Amino acid sequence: MSERLAVFKTYKLYVGGKFPRSESGRVYEVTDAKGSWLANAPLASRKDARDAVVAARKAFGGWSGATAYNRGQILYRVAEMLEGRRDQFVAEVADAEGLSKAKAAAQVDAAVDRWVWYAGWSDKVAQIAGSSNPVAGPYFNLSAPEPTGVVAVVAPQESSFLGLVSVLAPVIVTGNTAVVVAAERAPLPALSLAEVLATSDLPGGVVNLLSGRTAELSAPLAAHQDVNALDLAGADAALATELETAAADNLKRVLRPRATDWTADPGTDRLLSFLETKTVWHPMGV
Amino acid sequence: MTFDYAPAPESRAVVDLASSYGLFIDGEFTEGAGGGLRKTVSPATEEVLAEYTQGTADDVDRAVKAARAAFEKWSALPGAERAKYLFRIARIIQERSRELAVLETLDNGKPIREARDADLPLVAAHFFYYAGWADKLDHAGLGPNPRPLGVAGQVIPWNFPLLMLAWKVAPALACGNTVVLKPAETTPLSALFFADICRQAGLPKGVVNIVTGDGSTGAALVAHPGIDKVAFTGSTEVGKAIARTVAGTDKKLTLELGGKAANIVFDDAPIDQAVEGIVNGIFFNQGHVCCAGSRLLVQESVQDELLDALKRRMATLRVGDPLDKNTDIGAINSAEQLARITELADAGEAEGAERWAPACELPGAGYWFAPTLFTGVTQAHRIAREEVFGPVLSVLTFRTPEEAVAKANNTPYGLSAGIWTEKGSRMLWMASKLRAGVIWSNTFNKFDPTSPFGGYKESGFGREGGRHGLEAYLNV
Repeated sequence: MSERLAVFKTYKLYVGGKFPRSESGRVYEVTDAKGSWLANAPLASRKDARDAVVAARKAFGGWSGATAYNRGQILYRVAEMLEGRRDQFVAEVADAEGLSKAKAAAQVDAAVDRWVWYAGWSDKVAQIAGSSNPVAGPYFNLSAPEPTGVVAVVAPQESSFLGLVSVLAPVIVTGNTAVVVAAERAPLPALSLAEVLATSDLPGGVVNLLSGRTAELSAPLAAHQDVNALDLAGADAALATELETAAADNLKRVLRPRATDWTADPGTDRLLSFLETKTVWHPMGV
Repeated sequence: MTFDYAPAPESRAVVDLASSYGLFIDGEFTEGAGGGLRKTVSPATEEVLAEYTQGTADDVDRAVKAARAAFEKWSALPGAERAKYLFRIARIIQERSRELAVLETLDNGKPIREARDADLPLVAAHFFYYAGWADKLDHAGLGPNPRPLGVAGQVIPWNFPLLMLAWKVAPALACGNTVVLKPAETTPLSALFFADICRQAGLPKGVVNIVTGDGSTGAALVAHPGIDKVAFTGSTEVGKAIARTVAGTDKKLTLELGGKAANIVFDDAPIDQAVEGIVNGIFFNQGHVCCAGSRLLVQESVQDELLDALKRRMATLRVGDPLDKNTDIGAINSAEQLARITELADAGEAEGAERWAPACELPGAGYWFAPTLFTGVTQAHRIAREEVFGPVLSVLTFRTPEEAVAKANNTPYGLSAGIWTEKGSRMLWMASKLRAGVIWSNTFNKFDPTSPFGGYKESGFGREGGRHGLEAYLNV
């Protein structure tokens, strides 16, 4: 009996809750760490990036308006779905990053745990980032955090999956929506994550994933007038400077790249980076 | 019979102005490196108040070096000791508040009533508030072991010269940073007097440096490689240029920029209170307020009643000598700003909005603009989109709360907004939908050192005031 021939998966983008190919019809070859062919990934275009922003904006009202409890449950659901497909992601991360199975498994496990950590933050972040302000007068005065809006994320290049999850989860848990440019040479774990997100009750458009050339995709996102913030985790120094400069045009909030150990305790820094503080005053009196 | 107001001028004898001022660097006033002198005038009379120094890039470099040299000792001081310096400064400001209020009114053109009752009390309160933080930073909830950033380069505007100085300098020093501050071109004097307050307080030399000059001085400061932090309050246009300048550096940046706030009045609002709030929202400080309520959104069903009451109230506003204690609206800060307001108001008329201003006699000398109202304004009009930064109110209408939210948010800015309604659930719903950093409901233009202030979108980022204001000056 001959060995069974495996069924390959056609990797696609994830935009607005759907799985389109690039509108450009382009693909690029993705190889493993040794150079063997893994798949043809979509080579997303500037138009795909703009479409993703439209989808993210459309999703923002509903997602930011959802209760924190609801968002937390959905992020926890992502962890559940991911746990169930652990083997698939271990294999993909091992291929993508040239890791042993054990090391890849550690990355995937850490990624699952990261979703759980951030899921729990959804209904606590306002309590640590907000304040009741004792103004010198008869006024009720309260400050509370709100999501910044549409966040463009340049995912880390070296950590195709744990790094990706570590930058994505803190953006969306507070109610932002995201357009993510996956690691250029290792986009497959990110594209597979889309399948997890799509089956976790996450509304379409909250996360949009693009594969392709980082510089080509991040430039239109950094310059886009309907993007509110930019996470430059996966941009090299030259690209980061260029993107931050473009981002100044509508004063996007910019999180600059820096050396990060993605396996370490993430802290609250990324969580708090894409929030606005709203302060409400009201007179008190009878 | 009618009653007239007798003049009630505040004496300016309390202010002792020198004929010219140097730069305050490393604890002493020094001559500039060849930038020459500029004149600062009273916008109410156009008289020259004093000459001051045009700081050059070399002056900025000298100031940054002084601030850097002072940083090591200042940041190593126990927080409780830094706190005591700031408490001293707060007290001296209170002691000298009359002098500083008159000075501010002379240089800026704002009514003495506002300088005396709003600016100066808030300045002292701000130093008092942040003084208390200096030895409590570990408890601010910003992470373990918060550290100062280093040297802060701070550029402030002309609308609240001393208050903006306080908003910048107090948290910076409390957190252990040293500063180089560049006051606005048209209002340098209160910052130079603040230098004397630093001397009286015994503040170590180099902790606060004041470099006066025009925009080029500010540009040299924010571009200087020796600073670790840039804090800017001013126009969105300049804010964007600064964001480009610091791109790719390690400098931490906070920006407090322009606004085009909607002041939204529902049909159940108490009309008289709302009218006071609208007047305070747009005519406070001649409308030279980034968070001014410059777009009045009024529910159609009360439009006529509200506008009648508003016009009656506007007719009682007293425009004139800023030093007169009965003055409500003082002088426009500069000829340039007057030209900008005039140009935009003319555009409002040209684009089809209906212009109204009460009959009021404006002084002959100086820069003046009558409180002005535009009705029939559409969202496409320039006076509904661009920041006028003057006493000009654009009136738009709405029918439903959803329409009010859509119109209020239809701006690249997001600094502040006002809501007038008696219905609590509607107020809270509106407050949650408005994309702005400060929401005043049934009040407007209230400020407090404990209350974070700052914008969404193109009104900038970062917060000043409150616990949130510490984050801008700490490495956490």
